Amino acid sequence: MNLQAIRAIYAFEMNRTKRTLGQSVVSPVLSTSLYFVVFGSAIGPRMAEVGGVAYGAFIVPGLMMLTLLTQSISNAAFAIYFPRFTGTIYELLSAPVSPFEIVAGYVGAAATKSTVLGIIILATASLFVPLEIRHPFWVLGFLVLTAVTFSLFGFIIGIWADGFERLQLIPMLVITPLTFLGGTFYSLDMLPPVWRTVTLFNPVVYLVSGFRWSFFGHSDVRVEVSFAMTLAFLIVCLFIVRWMFRTGYRLKS
Amino acid sequence: MSAPATRDSSMIATIDASTSVITVSGLGKTYATGHVALKDVSLDIRRGEIFALLGPNGAGKTTLISIICGLVNATAGKVEVAGYDIVADYRAARSRIGLVPQELTTDSFESVWATVSFSRGLFGRKANPAHIEKVLRSLSLWDKKDARIMTLSGGMKRRVLIAKALSHEPEVLFLDEPSAGVDVELRRDMWRLVRELRDEGVTIILTTHYLEEAEEMADRVGVIAKGELILVEDKATLMRKLGKKQLTVELTGPLATLPQALADFGLILSQDGTRLTYTYATNREGDDDGLSIAGLLAALSSEGIAFKDLHTEQSSLEDIFVSLVRREP
Repeated sequence: MNLQAIRAIYAFEMNRTKRTLGQSVVSPVLSTSLYFVVFGSAIGPRMAEVGGVAYGAFIVPGLMMLTLLTQSISNAAFAIYFPRFTGTIYELLSAPVSPFEIVAGYVGAAATKSTVLGIIILATASLFVPLEIRHPFWVLGFLVLTAVTFSLFGFIIGIWADGFERLQLIPMLVITPLTFLGGTFYSLDMLPPVWRTVTLFNPVVYLVSGFRWSFFGHSDVRVEVSFAMTLAFLIVCLFIVRWMFRTGYRLKS
Repeated sequence: MSAPATRDSSMIATIDASTSVITVSGLGKTYATGHVALKDVSLDIRRGEIFALLGPNGAGKTTLISIICGLVNATAGKVEVAGYDIVADYRAARSRIGLVPQELTTDSFESVWATVSFSRGLFGRKANPAHIEKVLRSLSLWDKKDARIMTLSGGMKRRVLIAKALSHEPEVLFLDEPSAGVDVELRRDMWRLVRELRDEGVTIILTTHYLEEAEEMADRVGVIAKGELILVEDKATLMRKLGKKQLTVELTGPLATLPQALADFGLILSQDGTRLTYTYATNREGDDDGLSIAGLLAALSSEGIAFKDLHTEQSSLEDIFVSLVRREP
């Protein structure tokens, strides 16, 4: 195991984060704060409680997930796409590193960054709405698992993308809609039965639901199912990455 | 750069020609587009030598290097570096190699120090600030160690790439077109550095189409054209084998015709009759058939032809190269 290499990649990526602290941390925190101001403080008090939880608090796990997903994907996608774009990837490919070590370095750094971001957003949220967390370890568990899984997914997009437009395509066209329709702002109980069934095909539902359970102790879907679904997506991503390195897909000719 | 290392001729003699540091056997590469970049290339690189890979653009030089370094997958054949297969034992093989790519592909926002230290870590070596400092100093980059790479000139960026490749103390250094777009001073500096490295025991493989570079630096030369390795030879032997010398004799007075006694030499008499040109292969030197320069001069004097000046010209590697590549269909 080339631990030095993992450390080098990880440190390199974390330095990049430090350098771009403004766009890495400030902008997601600002945009999430706006949601809290509008939906939590302004509209929230006029809304009925959802399952015994004030609306302002109810949306916190969903909004955290929204940021976590989009940030994990874009961080990891950019981290591997940029060296491909500039050509500096030659060094990575000529180095004595295994695919696992490359992934550990890049995905580890991206996941660290979005986990920290998630915690910062949680802290920000608590300034706007009173929050009480039922299962703090599960909150952390889901936070880390989701960050790793979607950083890995972002890594895949970063290898697949052959232009900056494509890099934005999946987060914009797939992830954001799925998150908005995945119960971020509502409980599935509020939907007509048909749409409730349709929604169950949206993987983000399971993430938001499980995360919400760790906050408030109840959820739309059983927490075990949520956990299993997230884990299943992680495993699918791992297989795709393995295939990409084995075949040299868009990395080697 | 540090003081020029003098080329120690005894070093060359002590290089053990029998130990190969890189063994390429039957290597072939056909790209997905159907383009055949390499055809059945076999090559041994000796430990401690400077090997120049010559060839026109698109001949397959970069593909060959890219396969050895792990950037491109071969479609046929195998490569061993210090006895380690580049696929099965890629860690052992790659950790011995430093690569300076042809394009100036550097990070932009990182400092010189950070990017060079990153390379060392990536190649699995523990941090060693003293070594990084030595490398940066030898490349005149020490003053720039905290500068962002994007603020450096092209020549400086090239030095950064070399520093990155040397950060992990490789046994083999690949320089792909090291002087492309580089000014004269940097080129001279680079040549000096390459010799110093060779004297430290590093094997150097460089691709170039500046023949001057190969002629100046290489111990051995390989010529690649259309994906095939058409020749591998000691530079000196190659020059001797294929080189031509030309002797020009300026006569004191014009000559109307060439005397019959000089016919064997195949001389060319200039239009005004005042200049004789004698072209001969350098590998004829030492042949005892009387057609040497000494033989010609003796024949001229016995014919009573007086001359006021003479000079010789030797063909360069460039001339040899052009004639070799032209010979290909």
